Amino acid sequence: MSRIKQVLNALQQDNKKALIPYITGGDPRPDWTVELMHTLVDAGADLIELGVPFSDPMADGPVIQLACERALLHHTSLRDIFGMVKTFREKDQSTPVVLMGYLNPLEKMGYQVFAEAAREAGVDGVLMVDLPPEEADTLVPLLKEHALDAVFLIAPTTTEERIRHICEHSSGYVYYVSVKGVTGSASLDEQEVATKVAAIKARNDIPVGVGFGIRDAASAAQVSRLADGVIVGSVLVNIIAENQEDLPKIKSELSALLSSMRNAMDQLD
Amino acid sequence: MKLTEEFLKQLPDSKGHFGPYGGKFVSETLMSSLVDLENKYLSLKDDPEFVREFDQDLADYVGRPSPLYFAERLTREVGGARIYLKREDLNHTGAHKVNNTIGQALLAKYLGKPRVIAETGAGQHGVASATVAARLGLDCKVFMGSEDVQRQSLNVYRMKLLGAEVESVNSGTRTLKDAMNEALRDWVTNVDDTFYIIGTVAGPHPYPMLVRDFQSVIGREAKAQCLEKEGRLPDALVACVGGGSNAIGLFYPFICDEEVEMYGVEAGGHGIETGEHAAPLSAGRPGVLHGNRTYLMSDDDGQILGTHSVSAGLDYPGVGPEHAWLKDINRANYVSVTDTEALDAFRRLTLVEGIMPALESSHAIAYAVKKAATMRTDQIMIINLSGRGDKDIHTIANIDGIKV
Repeated sequence: MSRIKQVLNALQQDNKKALIPYITGGDPRPDWTVELMHTLVDAGADLIELGVPFSDPMADGPVIQLACERALLHHTSLRDIFGMVKTFREKDQSTPVVLMGYLNPLEKMGYQVFAEAAREAGVDGVLMVDLPPEEADTLVPLLKEHALDAVFLIAPTTTEERIRHICEHSSGYVYYVSVKGVTGSASLDEQEVATKVAAIKARNDIPVGVGFGIRDAASAAQVSRLADGVIVGSVLVNIIAENQEDLPKIKSELSALLSSMRNAMDQLD
Repeated sequence: MKLTEEFLKQLPDSKGHFGPYGGKFVSETLMSSLVDLENKYLSLKDDPEFVREFDQDLADYVGRPSPLYFAERLTREVGGARIYLKREDLNHTGAHKVNNTIGQALLAKYLGKPRVIAETGAGQHGVASATVAARLGLDCKVFMGSEDVQRQSLNVYRMKLLGAEVESVNSGTRTLKDAMNEALRDWVTNVDDTFYIIGTVAGPHPYPMLVRDFQSVIGREAKAQCLEKEGRLPDALVACVGGGSNAIGLFYPFICDEEVEMYGVEAGGHGIETGEHAAPLSAGRPGVLHGNRTYLMSDDDGQILGTHSVSAGLDYPGVGPEHAWLKDINRANYVSVTDTEALDAFRRLTLVEGIMPALESSHAIAYAVKKAATMRTDQIMIINLSGRGDKDIHTIANIDGIKV
């Protein structure tokens, strides 16, 4: 059983929801990323989505665009990201890490090399924003072969037929994008999320994580009532952006926000 | 491989692939819109009413057919092949771009979308989009890199006069690729009421297919005009390639006529060897950007590289997937000329023929005259004069140290 599945199953048995923070690898400096990952886990993260910086993050709002730019100022590469995961695994063998990003760095590296190196580094899953299942015929079997989960997105505009198709191709979890827009944009509509998540769960067993528009403890608690996991990105990346020179402050603020989300999520019945 | 009309009709395939290129590499939010657009287009493209409306707009609003002009003096000066210019510069709004925006605006109308968005480099596609939006009463927002807003200020003002909102994009390299990123971000946010008019044969399927189909009027006309004037097909076609819409428009109807050589001319900028250029087919590698797999300029880590060209319309790190395929099967040749060569060609055509070409089209002229000189005097060459040069006067004047 994959590390992602183990963690999500265990949470389900405890009647708890997964807290899934996102940060961009290499932001603001490559040598801080591993420490920030441990901070996230200490503050209550169940799984980490680690962003692979890309020069043209088309689906991201300004907050994550700037995070990519900061990471790329230090030339943070896919290989560097593997190095970070490898170092993270020296102390943490239980928290799953999902790489999130855009396809071109993988295309450049080659899918086979990527899958081998990801597995070897201790990566658990892969989510490529600009790769729908239709184009993933080559990558997904390679991921499977290397025991890596393939996470795909579902959006408010996704039809029922596509939802089924996407769930069939996904493993680990599916990521429901709660708003039409880029990362860090609008607030989510609880009713709409509830309807769509119910539609996904009606016919599929795979856990559903919900992201986009989660900013604080209240919205995290709200979403955790509806889904299996709560994905938080831009608001964390914003803390990094505002304290680029100050590692202790980044750590304490990330920690405070994430713990408040964890508490709010765990206090639900 | 012998290319047949039957084979060609199967490209792109049902997933939007041209061989290994093309496809739909977008975030999930856009997938259903792309599928709707594809279905709508496939149901309309042979619909007599749609075809009639499109053809009539091209005739009465754009002013088609555009002439195939024999450049007699240039031919004499070069001393080689007989050079013809396909005069897309004489279209309404001054470039080939309007052929496509007319078609896509019709699609927007049939899909019932009240708002259109577009990305633009040189501003020609932005102007062509703003123009059709004004005519159909659609809201229009055009995304343009802030560097391009500076160097193409005339077109920015034209778009504003046409009632469009122009958003100056400050992210990344502040050129065409960043404008496209921003347009995609807008589309993902306003997907319900917005139609994205992509200006070139790149982007996710079905765009490369439908833009090609709309622009193919260039090649169909050129073929008929050449047969009428010369009694035979041309020996060579030359067109500039940024994203590649004017080139595919000219090439496509000739692809199965394998005796017709095709040359796509990329922007060599300061020279391919300097790395400061916009020539992915000449010096790039396959990858994925902006919804399709194609040749790209990217570094060893897969990050997209900044590009350079004196011409804003060619300043793009990718290229249409059908060109990538035509390159791989060796049906079309892709070459490049430098900024300096293009600027010289601009001046030469202006002085010798009294026609001021766009800096984009000047790239085609620059390569074409070199190639024509190596050809026999009974051979025929058609150059796609894709746009007129008025918009580039400021750039030229700047280089000359003159304030206009």
